[in-house]
Amino acid sequence: MTDTTASSGGGRSRSWVPGVVLVVGGLLWTIPTIGLLVTSLRPRAEVERSGWWSALLSPFDSEWTLTNYDQVLSTGGMFDSFLNSIAVTVPATIIPIMFAAFAAYAFTFMEFRGRDVLFMVIIALLVVPIQSTFVYLLQLFGDEGWGITGQFLSMWLLHTTFGMPLAILILRNFMSTLPRSVIESAKIDGATHFQTFWKLIVPMSIPALAAFAIFQFLWVWNDLLVALLFLGFEDPTVTVTLSQLLGRLGQGWQLLTAGAFVTMVIPMIVFFALQRFFVRGMTSGAVKG
Amino acid sequence: MSVAPAAQTETGSRPPGPTGGLAGRGKAIKALVGVGGLIVVIAVVGTLFQALSLYDVPKLLSALLATLGGVLGAMGLFYFLNMLVESLPQRLSLGTIPYAFLLPAFGLLGAFLIFPTIQTVIFSFANDTSTEWVGFSNYREVLSDAGFLNAITNTLLWLIIVPTASVAIGLVVAVLADKLGATSEKIAKSVIFLPMAISMVGAATIWRFVYAFAPEGRTQIGLLNALWTTLGFDPVSWVQVSGFNLNDVLMMVILIWLQVGFSMVLLSAAIKSVPDETLEAARIDGATELQIFWQVVVPQIRGTMITVFITVLILVLKVFDIVYVMTAGNFDTNVISVLFVQQLFQFGEYGIASAIVVLLLLAVMPVVWYQIRHIRSEEAT
Repeated sequence: MTDTTASSGGGRSRSWVPGVVLVVGGLLWTIPTIGLLVTSLRPRAEVERSGWWSALLSPFDSEWTLTNYDQVLSTGGMFDSFLNSIAVTVPATIIPIMFAAFAAYAFTFMEFRGRDVLFMVIIALLVVPIQSTFVYLLQLFGDEGWGITGQFLSMWLLHTTFGMPLAILILRNFMSTLPRSVIESAKIDGATHFQTFWKLIVPMSIPALAAFAIFQFLWVWNDLLVALLFLGFEDPTVTVTLSQLLGRLGQGWQLLTAGAFVTMVIPMIVFFALQRFFVRGMTSGAVKG
Repeated sequence: MSVAPAAQTETGSRPPGPTGGLAGRGKAIKALVGVGGLIVVIAVVGTLFQALSLYDVPKLLSALLATLGGVLGAMGLFYFLNMLVESLPQRLSLGTIPYAFLLPAFGLLGAFLIFPTIQTVIFSFANDTSTEWVGFSNYREVLSDAGFLNAITNTLLWLIIVPTASVAIGLVVAVLADKLGATSEKIAKSVIFLPMAISMVGAATIWRFVYAFAPEGRTQIGLLNALWTTLGFDPVSWVQVSGFNLNDVLMMVILIWLQVGFSMVLLSAAIKSVPDETLEAARIDGATELQIFWQVVVPQIRGTMITVFITVLILVLKVFDIVYVMTAGNFDTNVISVLFVQQLFQFGEYGIASAIVVLLLLAVMPVVWYQIRHIRSEEAT
């Protein structure tokens, strides 16, 4: 910190208030999640007999178990759903990047008629609710149309499309910060746009590509609406399975909390491992549609 | 499969040929390969995806093949499209390349986002199976329905409370964290930030457990009721209490809990970019820290505050998951997008569902207009 003068000048601002407020706030923010985790590790009888906090206060007098996870993964169907979620998410994260990168390149480095109008269309599409497509797409993808509802293909198509405006925006915002002289000199050397794109722009844009990939991964993995309507219950994603478990509360909180934790593991790992890119993506003016 | 279409390309690529010369012939070949390649790529990728949906391929293999097919397919598509465009006469080629780069993205957006939206607007004037025109009757029915009016009221409450609270809490956290040491700041931010990775269904599960209710006399395992009964009150089934929209607010808490991290990160970056000189000048003039915050910092980060507000607003307009899994819209908690899914999915009322979503579209139009103006003015500077 270089501004020692500023903080010493504001010696009064180094009070205990911010620390205390943030500790209280931080506790409020984490307690619900801790409750979930603790409950998922307790046997059903215990869960119903005493609050999770009492187990946390006397951890050695309480019973702990992993059977909830065992049960929710097998009979609860979470393991299958986990595979389904991976099968939906990986292609739906990677494919839009290709399409969006070319479009972002055109928007950033090329002059053409209609460029501003087309870019405004992208901005507008960021805001348009995806629900507005469902009535038609359910018919198009349904049994009387292409017959692909219930299949991963429908999810790949939809998430690739729905993620596209954000991808184009993030990539374009990033590309417009790249030095134009590099592109100009490549042009003078006789490189075509196609070569410039592959050899220069893509390698330089890796941080932005990663930022979008994390966004899209979290978005697709955590999505319930599209999965519920277009994939349904035959090959459900983790979110759909969890929503079904929630509808059958009778099986008890120990199962539900374990199920919820299973849905959260992968996004949390991705999130913490790549938080840096994520923050960069967000601060580059991202608005999810 | 690609034999028949290849014959068509012959005629399609003729024009550049007769211009004569070796270059002309080279270009003709390039055009041929370009068109042929495009057809082969589309056929192969199309067949692959068709096969993946027809046959019972193991899930992870299917994901792998789809990723490879999608990425290689897109590469091939652009490669041959580029080749085709480069084979055109130079002036035409330079003018066409941008559109070739945009075509695949806009093709998808057109097919699965723009066209379906237009269709939905049309469907909103048709009956429940989209077979007959009914004029404005869907709209009349929707607008006179008590359930819809309740959903509108609730959605409005969500729209006012959630973005405001997210910005306000995010701002408080950002300001306070800024006053801590570097390490504590990082920890505080990570903790607040964590829920951003959690799905709305996951978050709803977490909070439904906090709000859990057991009849009087049984052990309260929900945190809120445990505290409530410790204070001497009777246990309450929180999500069923619609008085003062309490259950709505309890669900809004979930979304706020998820979104404050986003708000905090953007606002924190904005606060850090406020030039120190302006703060120093204010201090020298004898302003208090509070005055500095309201009169120096806030005006400089107003743009970011609005961006965060709008982003959360857009999210709230479409909020579905939380209400769907917490109450399914019962106990006077319905919101527009849950109502829409109910009409569409449970009742098969395509006309009514379309009318609801068109009203939603109309509601976001001012935001679209604002965003476009905002980005325009940013480009101008």
